[in-house]
Amino acid sequence: MKIDRAVVEHVAHLARLQLDAEEIDLYTQQIDRILAYMDKLNSLDTTGIEPTTHAVPLGNVFRQDTIDHNLQVEEAVKNAPERKGTFFKVPPIIEVE
Amino acid sequence: MEEILHKSIRQIRALLKKGELSSVELARFYLERIAAHDSRINAYLSVTEDLALRMAADADRRIKEGTDGVLTGIPFGMKDILCTRGVQTTCASQILRGFVAPYDATVIRRLNESGYVHLGRINMDEFAMGSSTENSSFQITKNPWDLSRIPGGSSGGSTAATAAGLCAAALGTDTGGSIRQPSALCGCVGMKPTYGRVSRYGLVAFASSLDQIGPITRSVEDCAVVLGVIAGHDPMDSTSIPEAVPDYAADLLKEAKGLVIGVPKEYFIEGVDREVKEAVEASLKVFERLGAAVVPVSLPHTEFAVSVYYIICTAEASSNLARYDGVKYGMRKEGKDIIEMYKLTRSQGFGKEVKRRIILGTYVLSSGYYEAYYRKAGQVRTLMRGDFDAAFRQCDLMVTPVSPTSAFKIGEKTDDPLTMYLSDIFTIPVNLAGLPALSLPCGFDGQGLPIGLQIIGKPLGEAKILQAASLFEAEMGLPKIPPAFL
Repeated sequence: MKIDRAVVEHVAHLARLQLDAEEIDLYTQQIDRILAYMDKLNSLDTTGIEPTTHAVPLGNVFRQDTIDHNLQVEEAVKNAPERKGTFFKVPPIIEVE
Repeated sequence: MEEILHKSIRQIRALLKKGELSSVELARFYLERIAAHDSRINAYLSVTEDLALRMAADADRRIKEGTDGVLTGIPFGMKDILCTRGVQTTCASQILRGFVAPYDATVIRRLNESGYVHLGRINMDEFAMGSSTENSSFQITKNPWDLSRIPGGSSGGSTAATAAGLCAAALGTDTGGSIRQPSALCGCVGMKPTYGRVSRYGLVAFASSLDQIGPITRSVEDCAVVLGVIAGHDPMDSTSIPEAVPDYAADLLKEAKGLVIGVPKEYFIEGVDREVKEAVEASLKVFERLGAAVVPVSLPHTEFAVSVYYIICTAEASSNLARYDGVKYGMRKEGKDIIEMYKLTRSQGFGKEVKRRIILGTYVLSSGYYEAYYRKAGQVRTLMRGDFDAAFRQCDLMVTPVSPTSAFKIGEKTDDPLTMYLSDIFTIPVNLAGLPALSLPCGFDGQGLPIGLQIIGKPLGEAKILQAASLFEAEMGLPKIPPAFL
């Protein structure tokens, strides 16, 4: 086994997903099989090879620091499930004693 | 009016300009076809009838004024992953249900400037993750050539609608084959351009180093026309290539003498259906007849492509999809604190395949595994790019199968993600190397299902691909619309 239920539960927590017991079983078994298949990468010696992060080599791109017609605040918040004025509203993050 | 279905975009545009057809008539023709036929294939998530008729009326005004462009009045189906201002954009996910895009993707802006008509939103695998469109959280799209089969994915709605004549053309997106594979399975022409050729601004991100937008059409010429409109540098996408856009339609049907076509031997392996293999081999003979030379080439790291791809794309997806947190847009499920709110929202909002990929992607990026998986995959990606560089020193284009099989049955592979992933083996390497590639029909199997041919080009080599494809298409003269939809 490459992974077990505990690893899947931990990774799900990192990804902010809550899985039920059945999903944990299913994903453990399926991802274990996928990772076992991916093991074939280890048959390749890649010492000293630079990894590719982008297929087309481009340098950093800068724009002029000028005001453009960007999204207006009202437009930007209008899809929020909950809002107060032009702010996104979320449950308490820091407990108040 | 049905003869419209067999006309190219340029032929339809000529009718519109001569006043023999109006954009509103054309829009109504397609809206009526959608109303009559879409319930058989479920390609559309929603039809934007009012918007379509408004845009068509505007197109007629532009034609009258003489301010029209190459796509003025042409009705499109839109994969529901391209942000379109004022229109619900869901990525076929519950988590984005109700999200109305506040801005246009650059491709939408370019189509608008050219005067296109937006018919409706088209189904897809949720967040473009899948090879069959069965991962949509709203509906299953069927293949118009056989309603018991999948249309391919993730742009399966776009190819089903195009093949069935429920739009003149469509846009799709391709991260590991999501334009080319469903185009092959539905008998369409579909192109994934060079990475950076078409702006990704406003394309809801899945795997940012692999995603590209491209046309899905019923002919090579239409593909060239649409690509010419959507391609080009965009300051809003920092990976966009600052190179001028050639006239893609200029070299169509020019003779192929001197063209060298490479055939990678690693693409003719066990697991490729006999009829697919025979159709591709027969296609190579056609190219030889057209004056091209066919030479064997090698892409030795092909067998590692699926592993590399499913490490890189899931890693990028796990990061990109972190934004769906129930705060800024889309669905929210309340919890006792913010962490529980995140977890409930994401667990209920994402479907099975999306969650599977987020977990795998988070795992390969997590501390202790990053080197073994993500870094290793990036290194093998470098080797794969080197394979293409070396092979392209011996040829101008490569010709391969698109998918190892024709369309499979609905439900056939849903329980086995690895088998589903392996069906992308011939399309994935192209995304990893950032190359342009096109899928076009090359025949039918014994069950009457379309078989696709992939033509791969060098970086920014779209024009050469389209030239070769147009010659092949003219030679073959294959039907594009299933008889049941005529």
